[in-house]
Amino acid sequence: MSSATLESILDRHARQGVRLMQILRETQEALGWLPPEALGEIARATGLTRAAVESTANFYSFFHTRPLGHYRVLWSDNITDRMLGNQALMQALCKALWLQPGRVSEDGLVSVDTTSCTGMCDQGPAVLVNYRTVTNMNLDRVQAMAALIRARVPVAEWPEEWFQIADNIRRAGLLLDCPLAPGAALAAGLARGGAGLLDEIRTAGLRGRGGAGFSTAQKWQSCRDARSPAADGARYVVCNADEGEPGTFKDRVLLTRCPDLVFEGMTLAGLAVGARRGFLYLRGEYRYLLDALEAVLARRRAAGLLGASIAGSNFAFDIEIHLGAGAYVCGEESALIESLEGKPGKPRIRPPFPVTSGYLNCPTTVNNVETLASACLIAAHGGAWFARSGTKVSTGSKILSVSGDCAHPGIYEYPFGVSVQQVLEDCGAQRTLAVQVSGPSGVLLAPDEFERRIAFEDVPSAGAFMVFDETRDMFEVARNFAHFFAHESCGFCTPCRVGTAINARFMDKIAAGHGSRDDLEQIFRMHRLMQATSHCGLGQTAANPIFDTLRKFRPSYDRRIESLHFEPAFDLDAALSRARRMTGRDDPAAHLTNEHQP
Amino acid sequence: MSKKLKVATVSLAGCFGCHMSFLDIDERILELIERVEFDRSPLTDIKTCGPCDIGLVEGGVCNSENVHVLREFRDHCRTLVAVGACAITGGLPALRNPLDVADILEEVYHSRPGLAKGAMIPNDPELPLPLNQVHPIHEVVKIDYFLPGCPPPADAFWKLLTDLLAGRTPSLRHGLIQYD
Amino acid sequence: MSEPSHFKLDGEDIPCRPGQTVMQAAQAAGRYIPHLCWHPDFAPHGSCKICVVKADGRTVAACTFEARPGMQVENRTPEMDDHRRRLLNMLFVEGNHFCPSCEKSGNCTLQATAYELGMANFHFDHFFPDRPVDASHPDVMLDFNRCIQCELCVRASRDVDGKQIFALAGRGIRSHLIVNSASGRLADSNFAVSDRAASVCPVGVILKKRVGFAIPIGSRRYDAAPISAEAQPSPPPAQGERP
Repeated sequence: MSSATLESILDRHARQGVRLMQILRETQEALGWLPPEALGEIARATGLTRAAVESTANFYSFFHTRPLGHYRVLWSDNITDRMLGNQALMQALCKALWLQPGRVSEDGLVSVDTTSCTGMCDQGPAVLVNYRTVTNMNLDRVQAMAALIRARVPVAEWPEEWFQIADNIRRAGLLLDCPLAPGAALAAGLARGGAGLLDEIRTAGLRGRGGAGFSTAQKWQSCRDARSPAADGARYVVCNADEGEPGTFKDRVLLTRCPDLVFEGMTLAGLAVGARRGFLYLRGEYRYLLDALEAVLARRRAAGLLGASIAGSNFAFDIEIHLGAGAYVCGEESALIESLEGKPGKPRIRPPFPVTSGYLNCPTTVNNVETLASACLIAAHGGAWFARSGTKVSTGSKILSVSGDCAHPGIYEYPFGVSVQQVLEDCGAQRTLAVQVSGPSGVLLAPDEFERRIAFEDVPSAGAFMVFDETRDMFEVARNFAHFFAHESCGFCTPCRVGTAINARFMDKIAAGHGSRDDLEQIFRMHRLMQATSHCGLGQTAANPIFDTLRKFRPSYDRRIESLHFEPAFDLDAALSRARRMTGRDDPAAHLTNEHQP
Repeated sequence: MSKKLKVATVSLAGCFGCHMSFLDIDERILELIERVEFDRSPLTDIKTCGPCDIGLVEGGVCNSENVHVLREFRDHCRTLVAVGACAITGGLPALRNPLDVADILEEVYHSRPGLAKGAMIPNDPELPLPLNQVHPIHEVVKIDYFLPGCPPPADAFWKLLTDLLAGRTPSLRHGLIQYD
Repeated sequence: MSEPSHFKLDGEDIPCRPGQTVMQAAQAAGRYIPHLCWHPDFAPHGSCKICVVKADGRTVAACTFEARPGMQVENRTPEMDDHRRRLLNMLFVEGNHFCPSCEKSGNCTLQATAYELGMANFHFDHFFPDRPVDASHPDVMLDFNRCIQCELCVRASRDVDGKQIFALAGRGIRSHLIVNSASGRLADSNFAVSDRAASVCPVGVILKKRVGFAIPIGSRRYDAAPISAEAQPSPPPAQGERP
């Protein structure tokens, strides 16, 4: 590699260790991978240890410290992609390219693998090609893609329509109608002042849209009141656009349709808490949004809506975009902050919470994209206006990302309190067997629960709404989620690191026909253990989908159960296969029956 | 005096060290023999296991014969106890697990220097085939109790057996529970 | 100075001061809460979760949870010890822990904690990971097969030795300990046998060479008495001193 390329990347980021993620990403974009010499050079330039650089480079799925081909094709592997046939398509692509999933072709040209949900569930199956999103994959596209790869056509020259991403807004409400002109809410906010703005947010009853539903006013107040250890009293606003929960894609659409609403919400948050800097933490899967969002930021700076003296006031605020690199756990706010600081995304010990000790140990408010967009509306129209929508304790609107078995997948914005049944009717779902609300870490609802309402007081949701009809096998849904969590566990705490891996093995064991009642009992116990002892929400909720399906869709397990008591997890006869091959034996004594019949 | 309980013991992929340690209960074996009768065991030289109350299994599962014997024990023993580090963890034989068994066979019987000319990997149907990996016995059949140690101390054997004979759930205090 | 406040640990009064964790307060009072990644000389880490306790009905890590006066804490209850045994099972099956051949046996905190909790088996299926050892350094060898990812060596090297020789890399079950050198080998780092990190490993990963098996069985640290017997009340701090 030309060291000039790396030097210019390092210079652009002022050789700052906290900017390690961006340095690594840009280095990889330039070189195709992260060679050892580059890691050493980055360590020397930033003053980080080599081990620290390796630690970060090894943590994120989208960084690779070995070459993975000029073309890297990653198939989004959410259950919704599977339901749209991604596995057969991936096999077809591998066959066309003469390679095995997960392996780099012998000529070093291409590798094909899977990745966690890329947030294109309403237009899947989706792939990332060199981290650019392609939607609506089908057999024609697979064949054409294989030909382009074999002909070594640069991805930039591939058919433009492959990269088109639809918003699919089916029902707009408070936010998606976004009637605000850029700067309008900010003017109203500046007129009220930080404290006045906080009062409006409080009156509005705004709660966090990331799923937990914490009071936004309380969060901002705590951040505003916390003492900053920095000499300049620094505080930070972070917009959490690490939309990694499988089945969720509403932030993608908000950032596409109403980026001004989001950035203005961040600016207003800065005004409310007394911050001068904000970060948009954008998930790596949404890399394609980066240039457009940077352009919006530039336009807002030019219009005096960001920068040293906003709208002629003495309020200064600016926003940087930080791109993630494929780690679901970074949706957890303290893990996100670690990642912002250039480290592996491992959740911190809490307390202290980020509002008192966040980015660089300064008070930091981390808010969801939709929360900040809502705050912007509140600044413009007032808290009382906002509180008129939704229910008493869940005010405003909720944007749902609807996918799976329905006629019209896409984005649906409702006032809080809408029933699951209503959403199912609106999206054209028929013969529905189950709905996974708020993704794998959320709750799985069976038909007798469809009258329940999307609201913090009933079924809270971070936005995912995956529909499964009667043709679906809920065991396979849960198995897909079990593998997702095993892949995404950060590995920090014992129960999640090992528990998610054991759960995935249990599910594979049952899927392979080796399951027993004993395994089901083990799964229940594992759920209790992980819920009680895991370090963060990922581990605490990781067994939810298995637990929910076991309770509500038990027959999907029972029909696979081989024995009432105990079965080995592995195929005993297959475990003799290598020795059979080496000895050339195939006599009866060279085999073992798997069904152990006394 | 109630009917004697039947006990069977076996060593799979083990070294018989656990059995040796068992014999270290010394003269207490006379007391034991008043209350139990041994079925299949290296101590009796009985070759097949009949219906038993307690089975003690030493060693891990390394080959097809180990699987057959372990299943025979599970089928015939009301209570099955994994005895020693190899039965519980795979132990020393499991150190081969990161290696491919095909490579091991090739190296040991075919390509290693010093073998007789034309040496081949043995393929006699009388020989049990090795499994791809060595497994602890609880990964192959359901195990009721575990007696750890390499080997478990004689006092631990005594405690386990007297607990079982008395109908108590076995429990091992400090000094009797050990992994080395 | 006012009298210290108290909380209840398994029904017994334990003095506590503001800012003290449940673990620190229990330790000072000579009460044993099982733990692996916690060490009195280092900042709490909270990763092993062996120190789970139930504080006023909520399951928390004792090493990071602040002790509050009047709180009811359950420690050695069947439920908490059950959690601990399962967590220990997980630590044993994710690595390759073959005690009979390990130099650390008898002096190993993981093993002693498992004895304390009466762990007779590993319960889950083994992962049998392939983790090569690093014997490159003249005085110390690294056997990664036994790593429980407590990060005590990471903390000791960073906070005491000022060297940052160890770090964790990877994610999830593939998370693993790495060494800060271009080759990844310990010999190519500036690690020294006199480092605090050389003697802090609670299991048999970081082993000094030429001293293995020097202590006969029977005389090793945990042979005579269980690990819980090591907990002793510490003398009260001098007036005005903050522990």
